[in-house]
Amino acid sequence: MDLNILWFILITVLFVGFFFLEGFDFGVGILLPFLGKNDLERRVIINTIGPVWDGNEVWMITAGGAMFAAFPNWYATLFSGFYLALFLVLFALIIRGVAFEFRSSDSSPRWRATGDWMIFTGSFLSAILWGVAMTNIVKGVPIDAHMQYVGTFFTLLNPYAIVGGLTTLLVFMLHGALYLNLKTTGEMADRASKIAKKIALVGILVVLLFAGLTYFQTDLFTNLGAGITLLAAGVALVLTNVLIRSHKGGWAFVTNSVTILLFTGALFWGLFPRVIISSLNPEWSLTIYNASSSPYTLKIMTIIALTMVPIILLYQGWTYWVFRKRVTERDLRY
Amino acid sequence: MTELILSRLQFAAVSSYHFLFVPLTLGLSVLVAMMETWYVRTGNEAYKKMTKFWGKLFLINFAMGVVTGLVQEFLFGMNWSEYSRFVGDIFGAPLAVEALVAFFIESTFLGLWVFGWDKLPQKVHALSIWLVAIASNVSALWILIANSFMQEPVGYVLRNGRAEMTDFWALITNPHVYYQFPHAVLSGFVTAAFFVMGISAYHMLKKNHLDVFRRSFHMAVIFGLISAVGVAGVGHLQAMHLVQTQPMKMSAAEAHWETENPAGLLLYASIDQQGHKNNAELKIPGLLSFLSYNRFTGEVKGINELQASAVEKFGPGNYIPPVTSLFWSFRIMLIAGLWLVLIPLLGLYFYKKRSLDKKSWFLKVLLWTIPVPYIANTAGWFMAEVGRQPWIVYGLQKSEAGLSTSVSATSILITLVGFTLIYGILAVADVYLLLKFIKRGPEDTNTEETLKSGIKGASLWT
Ligand code: HDD
Ligand code: HEM
Ligand code: HEM
Repeated sequence: MDLNILWFILITVLFVGFFFLEGFDFGVGILLPFLGKNDLERRVIINTIGPVWDGNEVWMITAGGAMFAAFPNWYATLFSGFYLALFLVLFALIIRGVAFEFRSSDSSPRWRATGDWMIFTGSFLSAILWGVAMTNIVKGVPIDAHMQYVGTFFTLLNPYAIVGGLTTLLVFMLHGALYLNLKTTGEMADRASKIAKKIALVGILVVLLFAGLTYFQTDLFTNLGAGITLLAAGVALVLTNVLIRSHKGGWAFVTNSVTILLFTGALFWGLFPRVIISSLNPEWSLTIYNASSSPYTLKIMTIIALTMVPIILLYQGWTYWVFRKRVTERDLRY
Repeated sequence: MTELILSRLQFAAVSSYHFLFVPLTLGLSVLVAMMETWYVRTGNEAYKKMTKFWGKLFLINFAMGVVTGLVQEFLFGMNWSEYSRFVGDIFGAPLAVEALVAFFIESTFLGLWVFGWDKLPQKVHALSIWLVAIASNVSALWILIANSFMQEPVGYVLRNGRAEMTDFWALITNPHVYYQFPHAVLSGFVTAAFFVMGISAYHMLKKNHLDVFRRSFHMAVIFGLISAVGVAGVGHLQAMHLVQTQPMKMSAAEAHWETENPAGLLLYASIDQQGHKNNAELKIPGLLSFLSYNRFTGEVKGINELQASAVEKFGPGNYIPPVTSLFWSFRIMLIAGLWLVLIPLLGLYFYKKRSLDKKSWFLKVLLWTIPVPYIANTAGWFMAEVGRQPWIVYGLQKSEAGLSTSVSATSILITLVGFTLIYGILAVADVYLLLKFIKRGPEDTNTEETLKSGIKGASLWT
């Protein structure tokens, strides 16, 4: 296996980590106004992710940095091409990030309501837009012979990509609901599990629709492994649905995490060895070879990444251990 | 051409905004860590109050640092895609390493620190904030390694139409880093020290919590004095280094048009950029030679000669950065540097004589000095980045060539306006919160404010 392949896998891992971890943050943020009936409850909800959301977001920052270091052309084409879409993502992440810290710092109802709106809107937009972006990469966008994006902002808003956005939205909402069910007590936990049931049903339909569209819109299913993985993601979702209904919230969280893993894995696998598909001419697609850094840089970065990632997993895992208890109204900090 | 101007303006606005929050994070994290360490070692509650009070202000600032930093990470690809292709092989590496070795630690351990007060043993809790402080400063090292490559490219070869890394070690031992890193980090320490001194002065004026604020002041004044002397000292060495590596930047910052030996330092100049000369100047003979070489003789090349040799080397073009603004931004930094050494000297003197509380004029001066490091920081980056023009990578790529080809002027304008608006609103909220917690003082810095659970005021759907 050459280092280009290794880095493609590493970036996949970073995105899986990002979607898995920040996925429930987004979900919790979206569910905030639906599940929190008053300020106290909303503070409980926010506190379930309070200690960890920033650490989770660094998975995305690292994914960005890793793309830059390992595949500079991918980084350059994608972010200059998806310019306004990325601006929206950044906007969403900004308002939600500050709201987490600022919301609790003032007690006027208007201030808090604004904070709630910012958390909701920021989480909602991010959850959809990452799905839209991923789907477009797999579907193919107009890339010319010089690796330049020649579409517009609206090219990205095609129906298939929107279904992709809805898919991540629902999966993340489900992830958030299941997380809340694990991290809260009493009525809140019940409410979370109730809403999880509803989301799971709709989620299955949307994932089916997404898989169907993927069959027609992309060449993902010509790669048998990727196709099966995508279908397996759907199966895991069905399993989640069954588990929620039999009150096995913890296992449901696990199977939904598997959905996220398989879904992200399937998209990247279908993409491989390309990193952005050109809809104009397959020859013009960016691949792990024509978009990559030099072998020397890849070697250096491999050494650093393979040393650091296990350490990071250890201390982030330890954080979750420290905060393993369910959050109740007695231990609020935000 | 409009794309270039808009893109530069947007990048400058967004980065300068990020760097309003960065310096305070760099220094205040260290100060808060020291306060908590003192608390753990002495058990004195005053130090716990200090930790909580300054810690809260630190957190408000940190949140802004995080969300604005997020933008920086993607902005290179958005605005400077051709630059990203050209240097990505080298430049991406430190950015990725920064995230791997610094941002993960910073964000994870900050979460532990904020939420771990009664979940972690005291020592582990104090260790968490130390890790945050160290990681913040390590993050500065890596991003400055990246920036230094743009100022002084090393360890690369031009191949496949781009700059490729040949020596990672050379990249991280780039001499430019070892001036820029201490200068930038120490200026962060200075910023935090004056922030703490100024706010302590405010409370001393009001005679609030004198035990807490005297201690805070004492800590900050020593920290600030050492750092300010360091900033000025390193700054001088940095300038000497730049005379060798980026002579055009330094000569422009001195409005030094004609080669001279010995060269004089201008205190004032009325600059005519078109005419390549100064209309009026106030000069101290020999001093520029001294600043450049540590002796009173020595030739310092003038802008006109440097321009001519640049044309010879790189082909026709204008290689002169905007002289007037560089000249004055350098002067602002230098005056700030003097001021920031003087004030803590006086402060320490009054403190030792135990007359600080009575010197209300001095306390007011301290309060009004809070913005000075911010101004110096911005002026410093302005000089470093604008002085590099027209190059985006010194001697290798011009800024024009680094621009994103697929992004229209309209798109850049949209994000320029968008970022300005959202950053403007956030600035108001940030200042509001800072003032609120500053005024409230160390009582009750906890944020455990909850609206009564019955109130549905903040409800959206229920
Ligand atoms: C000299 C120091 C310095 C400089 C020049 C920059 N930064 Fe910065 N950055 C920091 C020092 C720092 C910090 C002190 O580590 C911050 C500030 C507050 C914070 O949370 O960490 C930070 C935060 C921060 C974050 C958020 C990290 C998180 O979520 O925890 C990102 C992604 C960046 N920065 C990226 C950048 C990029 C791409 C820059 C290049 C233009 C940049 N920063 C300039
Ligand atoms: C956070 C502190 C920083 C501030 C305040 C700052 C400020 C500026 C300013 C004022 C400009 C505009 C110059 C001009 O176009 O006239 C600029 C440009 C630029 N800076 Fe920085 N900068 C900072 C850090 C960095 C770092 C750390 C890097 C690289 C790692 C960097 C890379 C660039 C690039 C790529 C440009 C645009 C191209 C150019 O105009 O040359 N900046 N910055
Ligand atoms: C009094 C003596 C000072 C001298 C001689 C000095 C010198 C310099 C020089 C020559 C540069 C340009 C570096 C480059 O282009 O790469 C610079 C940049 C800078 N200065 Fe200063 N400076 C002084 C004081 C200060 C003070 C008091 C502060 C803030 C508290 C400050 C903050 C900065 C910053 C943030 C930069 C940009 C980062 C960098 O390139 O290092 N400086 N300084």
